[in-house]
Amino acid sequence: MGVGTPEAIIDELCRQQRGDLTIIANDTAMPGVGIGKLVSAGLVRKVIASHIGLNPETQRQMLDGRIEVELVPQGTLIERIRAGGHGLGGILTPTGVGTVVEEGKRKIEVDGRTYLLELPLRADVALVQAFLADYLGNLTYALTMRNFNPVIAMAADRVIVDAEHIVPVGMIPPDQVMTPAPLVDCLIAKG
Amino acid sequence: MDAQTIIARRIAQELREGMLVNLGIGIPTLVASHVPQGTNVFFQSENGLIGTGPVLEDGLVQSRLTDAGGRPVSAIPGASTFDSAMSFGLIRGGHVDLTVLGALQVDERGLLANWMIPGKMVPGMGGAMDLVTGAKRVIIAMQHTAKGKSKIVPRCTLPLTSSRPVDMVVTELAVIAFPSGQATLLETAPGVSVEDVRAATEARLVVGANITTMAL
Repeated sequence: MGVGTPEAIIDELCRQQRGDLTIIANDTAMPGVGIGKLVSAGLVRKVIASHIGLNPETQRQMLDGRIEVELVPQGTLIERIRAGGHGLGGILTPTGVGTVVEEGKRKIEVDGRTYLLELPLRADVALVQAFLADYLGNLTYALTMRNFNPVIAMAADRVIVDAEHIVPVGMIPPDQVMTPAPLVDCLIAKG
Repeated sequence: MDAQTIIARRIAQELREGMLVNLGIGIPTLVASHVPQGTNVFFQSENGLIGTGPVLEDGLVQSRLTDAGGRPVSAIPGASTFDSAMSFGLIRGGHVDLTVLGALQVDERGLLANWMIPGKMVPGMGGAMDLVTGAKRVIIAMQHTAKGKSKIVPRCTLPLTSSRPVDMVVTELAVIAFPSGQATLLETAPGVSVEDVRAATEARLVVGANITTMAL
């Protein structure tokens, strides 16, 4: 619901009126918050998400045919992104079997249990909100703001990060790095 | 006692020491307020938290720690946070002992519809499909009827959440389980008769020999 979204980057996208976007995210937050700002500004063409219930504007634009919405179970969505970032050809999940989610998908049986083949998802750009970043781009995330962030940082051609604090190299202990520096392309400097 | 309190209290009696429990939004959330004294459970928020504590009052709110509905919460000592891939690995992988969810309809086989009303309400399934598919035990917390119509129906007319049946339904009138795939009345609420439950239930209901009264 906007938690863990890089608001500063979203605001800049709105200012530059970067339209025709396809958004992959858990939800579209609320009007005026996070991705909700992009939706209200009419910049979004397609949404791939698990939940749009708290944003009536997304639902309205969907019913008007202005936004295409692909609803994906949350656990499937994160695994599809993970597959995209980890070089996998897809994942097999029992979630959605016997529901409308299975329509048009391959079913694969393994040891007597039926799974859906869910295909990988990747993006041109990942917009990541971190807690700490060092000058090289090593990242940590705060509490539940981690959510999709380390997973999307693996699954895009270009990774742009907004961090609450930028710290010198060496300040983040190696075993606390959640996203290693080579994954990060750009770090937003503020002030 | 109001309907929601009856439901939440009865479900809280299903909690056992050390369980990992995921509560949905709405009536299920109230279960956390009725945990039996001396029983310690871990609540999971599927956005990436084990050890969810009470919602904080204004002034103590810290926006970096929220539940799955985006509400600022506290974390109990011993809590842990992680990314969404691990959180749903916990759910799908059978590590969650119990999930309590709301429902639009439950049918007499125990199949659940709780995520959309075609043409009217399309919020999305969020984590519901993974929870029903993967949790060890699924309990539904809901009012018995909506606008005078039974929510326990012969067959769900709304899109299903999972092909896996739920284990138990608790309403303000009754406790219903699904042994051998058929809705079976186990308990009635205080002051509610078997006939009252039958009259409020559209689905076929097996009535066992030993119906007890909810001990609230």
